[in-house]
Amino acid sequence: MTGNLWKDANAALLSNYEVFQLLTDLKEQRKESGKNKHSSGQQNLNTITYETLKYISKTPCRHQSPEIVREFLTAMKNHKLTKAEKLQLLNHRPVTAVEIQLMVEESEERLTEEQIEALLHTVTSILPAGPEAEQQQNTGDDVAMDEEDPA
Amino acid sequence: MFVLVEMVDTVRIPPWQFERKLNDSIAEELNKKLANKVVYNVGLCICLFDITKLEDAYVFPGDGASHTKVHFRYVVFHPFLDEILIGKIKGCSPEGVHVSLGFFDDILIPPESLQQPAKFDEAEQVWVWEYETEEGAHDLYMDIGEEVRFRVVDESFVDTSPTGPSSAEAASSSEELPKKEAPYMLMGSISEPGLGLLSWWTSS
Repeated sequence: MTGNLWKDANAALLSNYEVFQLLTDLKEQRKESGKNKHSSGQQNLNTITYETLKYISKTPCRHQSPEIVREFLTAMKNHKLTKAEKLQLLNHRPVTAVEIQLMVEESEERLTEEQIEALLHTVTSILPAGPEAEQQQNTGDDVAMDEEDPA
Repeated sequence: MFVLVEMVDTVRIPPWQFERKLNDSIAEELNKKLANKVVYNVGLCICLFDITKLEDAYVFPGDGASHTKVHFRYVVFHPFLDEILIGKIKGCSPEGVHVSLGFFDDILIPPESLQQPAKFDEAEQVWVWEYETEEGAHDLYMDIGEEVRFRVVDESFVDTSPTGPSSAEAASSSEELPKKEAPYMLMGSISEPGLGLLSWWTSS
């Protein structure tokens, strides 16, 4: 492409949930408008939105909502994590200490074992389990949105 | 793994679309141009997020279409460095393990970034982690279709726009087609605890 197409290549980080919402809404809009969906120009849009939605739908964002995300971010304020780290926790919903250590840089220096446990508790109690995890999960560790995090 | 990118471009709307709402025509044109395409040094474009500003539309002599400069934001797939992602193994080759996300295929985990020690099983064409325990070595196979958690450690953008005539002459001296390079490629690593096949780390 000649000239500079982009002004700001990193204007904002998007969570999987935001993209999931966007693509779901787009799909509805296009279904309603009927025509044009299959015109040759739209094939690329069809393909990428279908495949991306397919991928994201299998992740924990599937059952998130604006309220849940808000609650999560509020609870995260006490944990002193960077934006990118919080985003990964939101997108992945880690359930083990090993996963937390992967997503939080230099976690051995920044977090004690208790803090990691607290973080895990916040994450798993606020964020609902993803679709894949649900199939394996038969413990009571459910969507506990009414369980207030003491932080 | 997704970012919002602010872009500006001039969109050409042909006369037969003038009856449609300008915003709709513009949205469609932008998606036609960018969706599922890699923009050099930006990432894989997914879909239009919104239009932030429309400048005046001009009609130029000799062309009945309108040209509008549009400021807009696009959803782009562009994981940040060190981000953790989950994908599926597409296949293995001596180059490493190829991983796909479905909507994005060009992810490679080179041999040196696998859990060590690793060996390539020529017969099965699969990479194997020779996991050591007190009982001896367990061979853990990285089979096709398995889900893997990996860390993004590098990315490469290749400008695949057509080269001019002068370099085309040099290229045509070798008869075979040059190796098709992916315009955007991610390099991954699984050489940390918690990375690799999800099945390796789920506690039973």
